[in-house]
Amino acid sequence: MIDTATRKGTRDNAAVGKNGADPVNLRAPGSIEAYRADFERQPAAPEWLRSLRAEGMARFEALGFPTKNEDWHFTSVAPIAEQSFRTAMINKAGVSSEGSTAGMVAAADLRRFTFDQPTWHTLVFVNGEFSENLSSYAGLGEKVRVNSLAKAIHSGVGRPERHLGKIAVFDNHAFTALNTAFIRDGAFVELQADAVVDQPIHLIFVAEGQGEAVSHPRNLIVAAQNSRASIIESYICVRDNLYFTNAVTEISLGEGAHIDHYKIQLESEKSFHVGTTQIRQARDSQLHSFSYAVGGSLARTNIYTSLDGDAATCTLNGLYLTDGVQHIDNQTSIEHIAPNCPSHEVYKGVLDGRSHGVFNGKVYVHPEAQKTDGKQSNNNLLLSPSARVDTKPQLEIFADDVKCTHGATVGRLDEVAMFYLNSRGIGRESARTLLTYAFAADVLETIELKPLREQLERLVLARFAGSES
Amino acid sequence: MGPNGSGKSTLAQVLAGNPTYEVTRGTVSYNGQNLLEMDPEVRAQNGIFLAFQYPVEIPGVSIAYFLRSAYNEIRKANGMEEIDPLEFLDLVEDKLKLVDMDQALLSRSVNQGFSGGEKKRNEIFQMAVLSPRLAILDETDSGLDIDALRIVAQGVNTLRSPENATIVVTHYQRLLNYIVPDFVHVIANGRIVKSGGKELAFELEEKGYDWLQNVGADAGAAA
Repeated sequence: MIDTATRKGTRDNAAVGKNGADPVNLRAPGSIEAYRADFERQPAAPEWLRSLRAEGMARFEALGFPTKNEDWHFTSVAPIAEQSFRTAMINKAGVSSEGSTAGMVAAADLRRFTFDQPTWHTLVFVNGEFSENLSSYAGLGEKVRVNSLAKAIHSGVGRPERHLGKIAVFDNHAFTALNTAFIRDGAFVELQADAVVDQPIHLIFVAEGQGEAVSHPRNLIVAAQNSRASIIESYICVRDNLYFTNAVTEISLGEGAHIDHYKIQLESEKSFHVGTTQIRQARDSQLHSFSYAVGGSLARTNIYTSLDGDAATCTLNGLYLTDGVQHIDNQTSIEHIAPNCPSHEVYKGVLDGRSHGVFNGKVYVHPEAQKTDGKQSNNNLLLSPSARVDTKPQLEIFADDVKCTHGATVGRLDEVAMFYLNSRGIGRESARTLLTYAFAADVLETIELKPLREQLERLVLARFAGSES
Repeated sequence: MGPNGSGKSTLAQVLAGNPTYEVTRGTVSYNGQNLLEMDPEVRAQNGIFLAFQYPVEIPGVSIAYFLRSAYNEIRKANGMEEIDPLEFLDLVEDKLKLVDMDQALLSRSVNQGFSGGEKKRNEIFQMAVLSPRLAILDETDSGLDIDALRIVAQGVNTLRSPENATIVVTHYQRLLNYIVPDFVHVIANGRIVKSGGKELAFELEEKGYDWLQNVGADAGAAA
C-alpha cells in the first residue's frame, strides 16, 4: 500500500550533512563555535537572564554534544552536531522586532493544524518568536495569565525567573543547556489557585523553514493548587526544509493541580527536533501526557516527570510512526520520590521502511516511595524487514512495598487476525491497514480531548491507508 | 460430525482458505469454480463464511467498522455500491436482535474481552449481516451454555433459506436438537465414513464413534 522508498526517499539527504563521510568530533565540532558566536550576539537582557544563559552556554560547551552515553546509546546526534545552524531571530537583519518573521507565515498555513477549533486559545510562535497577529487567546479569565515569555522577561510580569531553569535542570542535558543559553521566547502560562481553563491552550511552533535555522523555544507552565488546564504543543513546518528545533518546556504542578499535556510533533521530513518536557508534581497533582511523534529526519522527545508529593499521579502515553530513513527516539523518565503515587505509561511505535525507532523509559522508585503503583509498556509493530526498533524499559526500585510492572514487545502483523479479516471478505491490503491502524488507535483512545483524538485518528488512518503522507 | 482429531476443523479451515493449511490432493468445486484457487477474501466475496471455533480478538477495531468494511468489500466485489455508516446501522439493527445483542456491541473492539458465548453470538451476528451462500460453523456449540446455544441455533434457523447452505461442524448431538440437519456426514481419520439423515446423529449419541472409527481406519488404509 505505501511505497516507502518513493514516498519518504527525500529524507536521505538530511542525515548526511555537508561534509558527508568526515568523522565528527562531537565534543568540539565547529558548530559549537557558531553557537558561541550567536550566544555573544544576543540582545540585552535582564541580569538574571544573562547569568542563566551564561550558565547554560558554559554547561553546553563543557558537555559537548552527547555521544554514545547511556541516554543516547541508540541515537547519534552527529547530523545535528556537524551542521552550523544559524540562530533564528538573531540572524535576521538587525535585531528582530515584534512580528517581523510572522509575516512569512499566514493564518491559512496554520488552518490544518488547528483541529478546526476556533474557540481554543491559540498562541503561535514562528521560528521560536511569538506572533501576536497569528494568535488569539481572549477570555481566559482572571485567574489565568498567558503571555509570551519574551514579554514577561521584558516587563517582569509573573517573574518567570522564579521557575526558569529550576525544573529543567541541565547539568547532564546538553540540549537543555543549549536551549537555556538561548532563552528568549516561548509561552508562559500561569494558572492561579483553583483556575480552570475550559478550552485547551494550543501552542503552535511553526518552523518557517528558510535558511538553515535553529530555534530554541522555551515554555513555562506554572499551575497553582487545584488549577486545571489542557495544553497542546504542536511543532509544525510550512516548508519541507532543513532546520533544527531545540525546545524545552518546564511544567510545575501545585497541590491537586491537573494538567493534560499533549505534544504533537509534525516537523518537516528533513528537519531535526529535540524536545524536552520536564515536570515536577506536588501532592495529589495529576499529569496526563501524550506524545505524538511522526516528523523529522532525526527527532528526539524527552518527557521527564518527578512525583515529588504524596499521591501524585502521572500517565505518560505516546505514539511514534516512522518511515523512510527517519530516526525517532522517545525517552521518558518517571521519578517516584514520594509514596502512594501511581504512574502508567504506554508507548507504541509503528515502523516502516528503513526507519529506526527508539524507546527508553526509566522508572526510578526512591526509598521513600512506598506503595508505588507503576505500570509501563512499550509495544512496537514492524511493517518492513528493514525497519528497526530499540526498546529499553528500565525499572529501578529502592523501596520494598511497591507494585511495578514493565514490558516491551516487538512484532509483526498477526497472521491469525489477518486470516480472520480475509475470511470476512477484507483483502490483504485493507486488512493490513486496518490492523496497523488498530494497533496505533489503541493508545490514541487514551487521549481525553476528543477533537484532538479524532484528528489524530484521521491522520493515522490516512497515513496507513496510503492516501496521505 | 466426528470424533476429536478426525479432521472436521481442518475441513472447515481449508474451505475458508486458511493459508496455514496446504492442500496436497483433491479439488473443491464451488458453484462451478475451483475454490482452492481463490484467496480467502475472494471466497468470502463469493459467499463463503466461516464461523470460527476460536474467534480472533482485534483490539482497536470496532465491530461496526470491521463489519461495515467487510460488508462493503463484499458489495464492491459484486458490483454494488458501498453503503454509508447510517444505512449500515439500519441494516444491522434487526440482526442484533436475532442474536440478542445490544447496539453497544457495535462500538466494542472485535471480540476483545468477550465471554465465550458473546464471541460465538458475534460470529452468528456477522453471518446474519453478511448473509453468505455457504456458511461453515466450526464447533460453534463448544463452550456454550444452554441459553447461548439456543440463541445461536435460533440465529442459524432464522437465516436458513433455499438460497443458502450451512455446514455445521460439531462433536456432540446436542446442537442438533436445536438445528435440525438435512444430512449428517461422519468424518473419521480425514474421510467421510458414513452419511445419513438426522437419525444418524441420534445413533452416534447412543453408540459413540468407536464403531465408525474402525471403518475410517480401514478406508484410510485402503486408499
